[in-house]
Amino acid sequence: MSLIQEIDFGTPKSKSETMVTLTIDGKSVTVPEGTSIMRAAMESGTQIPKLCATDMVDAFGSCRLCLVEIEGRAGTPASCTTPVTPGLVVHTQSERLKTLRKGVMELYISDHPLDCLTCAANGDCELQDMAGAVGLRDVRYGYQGENHVFAKANGCDNDNWMPKDESNPYFTYDPSKCIVCSRCVRACEEVQGTFALTIAGRGFDSRVSPGMSESFLGSECVSCGACVQACPTATLTEKSVIEIGQPEHSVVTTCAYCGVGCAFKAEMRGEEVVRMVPWKDGKANRGHSCVKGRFAWGYTTHKERVLKPMIRERIEDPWREVSWDEAFGFAAAKFKGIQQKYGRDAVGGITSSRCTNEETYLVQKLIRGGFGNNNVDTCARVCHSPTGYGLSQTFGTSAGTQDFDSVEETDVVVIIGANPASAHPVFASRLKKRLRQGARLIVIDPRRTEMVESAHVKALHLPLMPGTNVAVLTALAHVIVTEGLVNETFVRERCDWNEFEDWATFVADPGNSPEATALQTGVDPKVLREAARIYATGGNGAIYYGLGVTEHSQGSTTVIAIANLAMATGNIGRNGVGVNPLRGQNNVQGSCDMGSFPHELPGYRHIAGDAVREQFEAMWNVKLNKEPGLRIPNMFDAAIEGTFMGLYVQGEDILQSDPNTKHVVAALSAMECVIVHDLFLNETANYAHVFLPGSTFLEKDGTFTNAERRIQLVRKVMSPRNGYADWEVTILLAKAMGFEMHYNHPSEIMDEIAALTPTFAGVSYARLEELGSVQWPCNEKASEGTPVMHIGGFVRGKGKFIITEYVATDERTGPRYPLLLTTGRILSQYNVGAQTRRTENVVWHAEDRLEIHPHDAEQRGVRDGDWVRLASRAGETTLRAEITDRVAPGVVYTTFHHPDTQANVITTDFSDWATNCPEYKVTAVQISRSNGPTDWQKAYDEQARHSRRILPAEAAE
Amino acid sequence: MSSSPDKLVYMANQIGKFFQSQGQDRAVQGISEHIWKFWDPRMRKQIFAHLDAGGTGLDPYVLDALQKLKQQA
Repeated sequence: MSLIQEIDFGTPKSKSETMVTLTIDGKSVTVPEGTSIMRAAMESGTQIPKLCATDMVDAFGSCRLCLVEIEGRAGTPASCTTPVTPGLVVHTQSERLKTLRKGVMELYISDHPLDCLTCAANGDCELQDMAGAVGLRDVRYGYQGENHVFAKANGCDNDNWMPKDESNPYFTYDPSKCIVCSRCVRACEEVQGTFALTIAGRGFDSRVSPGMSESFLGSECVSCGACVQACPTATLTEKSVIEIGQPEHSVVTTCAYCGVGCAFKAEMRGEEVVRMVPWKDGKANRGHSCVKGRFAWGYTTHKERVLKPMIRERIEDPWREVSWDEAFGFAAAKFKGIQQKYGRDAVGGITSSRCTNEETYLVQKLIRGGFGNNNVDTCARVCHSPTGYGLSQTFGTSAGTQDFDSVEETDVVVIIGANPASAHPVFASRLKKRLRQGARLIVIDPRRTEMVESAHVKALHLPLMPGTNVAVLTALAHVIVTEGLVNETFVRERCDWNEFEDWATFVADPGNSPEATALQTGVDPKVLREAARIYATGGNGAIYYGLGVTEHSQGSTTVIAIANLAMATGNIGRNGVGVNPLRGQNNVQGSCDMGSFPHELPGYRHIAGDAVREQFEAMWNVKLNKEPGLRIPNMFDAAIEGTFMGLYVQGEDILQSDPNTKHVVAALSAMECVIVHDLFLNETANYAHVFLPGSTFLEKDGTFTNAERRIQLVRKVMSPRNGYADWEVTILLAKAMGFEMHYNHPSEIMDEIAALTPTFAGVSYARLEELGSVQWPCNEKASEGTPVMHIGGFVRGKGKFIITEYVATDERTGPRYPLLLTTGRILSQYNVGAQTRRTENVVWHAEDRLEIHPHDAEQRGVRDGDWVRLASRAGETTLRAEITDRVAPGVVYTTFHHPDTQANVITTDFSDWATNCPEYKVTAVQISRSNGPTDWQKAYDEQARHSRRILPAEAAE
Repeated sequence: MSSSPDKLVYMANQIGKFFQSQGQDRAVQGISEHIWKFWDPRMRKQIFAHLDAGGTGLDPYVLDALQKLKQQA
């Protein structure tokens, strides 16, 4: 193994299809029009010296090191800013160029410390490389003059010198090493789109400055790491590199945070991760990252990880550390006992959207084959199950329609109920890049999120009241139909015309007009009409949506309404358009694909279908139950009733993440055996009888499938600290229950998946190694996968328009609960925070806050930072208030990253009509001032502390 | 909303409200198919028991759909 060295071509790739031929150093070179001479040279194997150029940002031409000579042209132009033209004859090395470059380097080095041996970038410094490349042997100027290097000059303080900025927890800024190439500034602008950095001052006074000479932590910096990656010296360096040293080998793997699925190089020394660097060839992220994937991996070696299996008879008992064998034996005996006593259907399990496809597949196989029922569900139940229902009804398949590259050809972006800047940051950066090129943006969201207004982003905002998505989308359809903006050619060709006509008649009803529904939705009809016109007529229109769409009683209806809009305007089936669900967790897509839902086998095929079920029976050598099983909320209800008594939960904290915590507590407490398989003693484990230690994404092989249906390899870079990868744990648990599964490696599991699932037929580890990644469907018809779906026709045949009547949720405000609470995420934290809370990311978000409008706050005498009591019909909790007009009057907002806040004590058990996806996004609440935690929070905390006690293992005799 | 017949009636009516705008025939078909596809047998058994006990609280189309589904079962 060695360190993967990616080639830096100096300037970005040109997309032109016109080719240009020129001569560089006597060699004929053919490249696309618009390519720089620097890139053309690199592509033909000649590296022209450079410092300010890197292919992640546009050429800048400031360092003057990449000069070349061109026959017939005067002077020595910079090769980074000079495009190729046909017949050009270029020389990259001559006496004149050598002298010039040496002079440039001599000046650079005259204001740079010579501490190379003890410098963190030693071995990875472009300045050092260039000094070597130009043959710099002497610096004639000395260091007595004006410089930025030394704190003292001639016994006095040196005003040019600046101390290190170590405020960011993950990297340092050492201004004394800066060569002002501005690569960091341009990376922040062009790649990340945050514009947090600038060059302050002029000439010799030029300095890289976060914000207005602030610290990195105090500035707008979102710690994505693009500047650190761009820096050619040790000026911006990962603290882990400063501490450990340079890595010696690297392995490409896939991030285990959100559904974007960024590819990273895990740069290692032995089994220690030195840093995670985004991989340029990653097709989801194209070399970019966010603060979570780039830096927040410290949880993988956190001291709170539980590494030994534990059991207990009662949840009131302390945990007892035992051997793996004893834990498996205990768990199997409990589950078998429950099935004997209460029946075969009294146990079940939950697959993890954080684990690999292979692991998820095995858990559902264990449940269907080993437990003999279909009581399997996954956390997608509580996030994107309505997407599955809505898109399969209308288009014929439940998946998003595009790849992320598609956004580069989008003219109108519609974001509904999603905040990619926080929850899918790398996609947000790619989207913002497109917006800066002129694409227009419409945001439908109760809050004024970062996507509504930020640097170079200004969206047309439809600030609707939570719970009125269907009314707003139907009103958009009303405008499109009544103003004659329907793409009739598309609809006639691709969709069922009769169904379209029924739908068009319905939406055209005056009761569905923006004016008629404004009272409920709170959206200005003029703005709504403008949005409809822009989406229907503004060129390629793409809809991106998140949990603000799905987590409602009408979640599935909203997804259908989105699909209707895309079909009516012909925005489906090519690049730049489509319907794109932004998936929350790394493998939500995969866990759904792998048959995690109780009614369907892998590949979304209903369990009642004899032909498909028989294929699985033959392969697994077991008879399967043909009745659908319980969904997560149904499991809780059945537990309280006494018909569901045992649950195996892999990699999911249902107690913290599911709504109506008190109801979940009651359900878990009623069960006789709960098996938690996780990295940490999570909140669910407080009610568990068996704890099986889990492994991190760094400790196992497998695949994740991201929001674009892209299957990517996860590669093991270190041994599992707990002893086993999660897929091995499931196999051993199954064996203890008498259900044998034999696999030597996850690739064999994927082979079985491919054999049983038509959309995965062409997928294998060998294929993934070869292509880097592949988007399903991948089979005979599409051997390299399918970036864009429904080209030329819908998967189901004709696209199906379905009427979407608005039905207000029964969760309503009233005198006792006059405000609406909605929930969301923040950039630095992830989901229930189990991972990110165990990293330095807490510096950005140490607690959940309640956002409240100044008007509502003043009425209640609440000041910024005050403790407030947040009460709903389901329960109450306390947290601190943040007064902001990001939320409208009448609406409050919080995140759910911290267990001590217990935001889900407040949420109710209302759910989507079709899938039982909980209605997290609308809860009627009241706010009042408070002195501190509620009795419930105190009792919960006491129970949690009591429940987490561990007895040390008995010493061997 | 935790005692089970009430909750199941609520869920069934919620399904009914989506299909309502499609007219009686398609609504009854849609509702019964949805419940058959997605409800676990113990949930169906409970709602059938409730139906036999008079089906209090069930909306008309939902009542029809459940009767149809019960006959098929």
